[in-house]
Amino acid sequence: MFEGLAEKLQGTFKKLRGKGKLTEKDINDALREVRFALLEADVSLPVVKEFINSIRERSMGAEVLESITPAQQVIKIVNEELTALMGDKRSDVVFNSSGVTVFLIVGLQGGGKTTTAGKLALHYKKQGKHPLLVAADIYRPAAVQQLEVLAKQIDVPFFALEGETPVTIATEAVEHSLSHGQDLVIIDTAGRLHVDEELMEELQEMKDAVAPQEIFLIVDSMIGQDAVNIAKTFHEELGLTGVILTKLDGDTRGGAALSVRKVTGCPIKFVGSGEKLDALDPFYPDRMSARILGMGDVLSLIEKAQANVDQEKAKELERKLRTQEFTLDDFLDQIKQVRSMGPLEELLGMIPGLGGAKQLRKIQDEVDEKDFVYLEAIINSMTLEERNNPNIIKSSRRKRIALGSGRSVQDVNKLLKSFEQSRKLFKQLSEMGTGKGSRKLKSMKFPFM
Amino acid sequence: MAGLFSKLKEKLTKTDQKQQKSKLKETLTKTRESFVSKVKQLVTVHKKIDEELYEELEDILLQADVGVAATCRLMDEIRQDVKKRKISDAADLRNLLQGKMKELLGEDVSLQTDFPPPTVILVVGVNGVGKTTTIGKLAYRMRQEGKSVLMVAADTYRAAAIEQLEIWSERADTEIIKHMPGSDPAAVVFDAIQAAKKRDIDVVIIDTAGRLHTKVNLMEELKKVRRVITRELPDAPHEVLLVIDAATGQNAMRQAELFKEATDITGIALTKLDGTAKGGIVFAISEELGIPVKLVGTGEGIDDLDDFDSDEFVSALFADDEEDEYDEYGEEDEGEGDDE
Repeated sequence: MFEGLAEKLQGTFKKLRGKGKLTEKDINDALREVRFALLEADVSLPVVKEFINSIRERSMGAEVLESITPAQQVIKIVNEELTALMGDKRSDVVFNSSGVTVFLIVGLQGGGKTTTAGKLALHYKKQGKHPLLVAADIYRPAAVQQLEVLAKQIDVPFFALEGETPVTIATEAVEHSLSHGQDLVIIDTAGRLHVDEELMEELQEMKDAVAPQEIFLIVDSMIGQDAVNIAKTFHEELGLTGVILTKLDGDTRGGAALSVRKVTGCPIKFVGSGEKLDALDPFYPDRMSARILGMGDVLSLIEKAQANVDQEKAKELERKLRTQEFTLDDFLDQIKQVRSMGPLEELLGMIPGLGGAKQLRKIQDEVDEKDFVYLEAIINSMTLEERNNPNIIKSSRRKRIALGSGRSVQDVNKLLKSFEQSRKLFKQLSEMGTGKGSRKLKSMKFPFM
Repeated sequence: MAGLFSKLKEKLTKTDQKQQKSKLKETLTKTRESFVSKVKQLVTVHKKIDEELYEELEDILLQADVGVAATCRLMDEIRQDVKKRKISDAADLRNLLQGKMKELLGEDVSLQTDFPPPTVILVVGVNGVGKTTTIGKLAYRMRQEGKSVLMVAADTYRAAAIEQLEIWSERADTEIIKHMPGSDPAAVVFDAIQAAKKRDIDVVIIDTAGRLHTKVNLMEELKKVRRVITRELPDAPHEVLLVIDAATGQNAMRQAELFKEATDITGIALTKLDGTAKGGIVFAISEELGIPVKLVGTGEGIDDLDDFDSDEFVSALFADDEEDEYDEYGEEDEGEGDDE
């Protein structure tokens, strides 16, 4: 569907090559591409217009017009301004210095309020707080049970009152927390449309009753142009203090983040990135702007790799690589490590330039998740001796391994060949070896690619 | 249009459904009003067709989540037509745009539930779009039509999802098949199909866990569910409904693409149309993937579900604020099922 903005801008400026100097019109054409890219990413139109106007002046400046790489310059400007707009650094959550802190969780239906409430409780429980999860969604069937189940899963106390209004539930919950030693009350409210005046009023009453330190608007990151309307109304009615962006583990570009941020002026304090209750991450403006522009999320990828790669093993592997002791067992280990970083397609999506649907899918077709399973099966069908010394694997052994792993002899050949190639490649790389940083990255490389 | 007489007939016979209809009218009016009045305003402000008018029309489409590609294509076509047919009146431009948008949506196809029993409807979608609610409403509608319905709680993952469906099954007065939380959805579905065959159930509606279309494992799980259904009942599932939240932006296209790949969806249920979101992405989905919208959700009530009628939907988008236009939409809606 959409190529990255970088490609498009390069295309725009390529047409102008040999023309000598860039004109104002050329820049306007480029800005048009930026406009489309932002719209494709679901940034709301009024926000896009304002943004384009704000970067027009800078784009007309010398740094673009006289640059030999105008496309990069424009992207740099767009990225910088976008990041600045999204908030320079993430702002922290407000806690009541003494007594109970109250969070009110609000938003549309289906945004992920209940799940997020559970995630917040777990997050702060880990930081030594004593959260109380409060079910004030009395409308949706089984919403109360849902929060109760989540509370049990993370072993956090849960509060609900049958047959009471949300305002009473919230008030009683705060009372309850005071007498039960809880210092953080997280109130999950019913999903509601911003145009539902009655229910918006109910939220105001809840706010008045419990005076929350934080009112979080939960925003589904897949939301489109309507983001401005939603955020504006919720903010006007309630005075939000923060935004939590959910479902960012999909492939949405998440332009709603920018719209909501612009309209409310509220910082995005967390992002939800999965259905598991520990999938609550801090918000990084720079990564979000890169994502909106379709430039991939390299930083998150690197972080993910670092979090999952066993440093001890990595060191050992590095030594083996350098000394040519790298065996098929290590190869298997590497495969396992890569796989432990999460589904492959998720990782691929973070690599710049692969964000585009078509390209990503092409690669997904080529690198099937199943291939890893097959590779593992083949290696598991080898004897220890064979794994340590693949040179002894001749035709009859190959046949046996193929039979044992349920793959063809060709597959076994392919694996052995690519193993041999990567061994050579690593030898070369380690001979070129320079600083520590590059070594670290090297040990993370897929040995078979 | 062929539906006119049947509509008149209904008007006379189905007065009791008026109340229900006026509710739909009310909710859809909100969606429409902003769009309609905007277009109307534009056309009256600009008597003539100028660049500014084009730009403002383009803005309206973009803000309805129609998407850059589809919007550009629509606007290009309109510009060409204006030139070719020497249109100069701004009001004609509205009709032109309306016609083009109708074309994008293609012909209406309503949800088919009259197969030799059991008709199996599989309901899929990303998290939080309103799958379970839509199923509750759909089941209620089937019950109103006198059909026996079996709900299948194949969302064994999300906390209290089974309880949620149970409550809907009570409200809609249907049977339900469920397993323990965390069990294999395919096993639940297997049991359900067996039960449906034994109990002579007319319609089986399967609720699945919300899943992001990018999660390969979960999409594989869905494929397996589908395989199990087909193995037990060769023509099933008869309908695979992808539920899309009307507020979703361009990502809905990816959702449609990948769910189509995994489960071969037959239609879309567009939910939460009672807000200010326009759901304009369905134009692109319909055009590029050929997947029709079959149902629209317009509220949290059990009867807030209607057949999607592209013709009326688009006319409504561009209609003046006259009462009868809305009336017609409401009536037409009900007539659909009977006409087919």
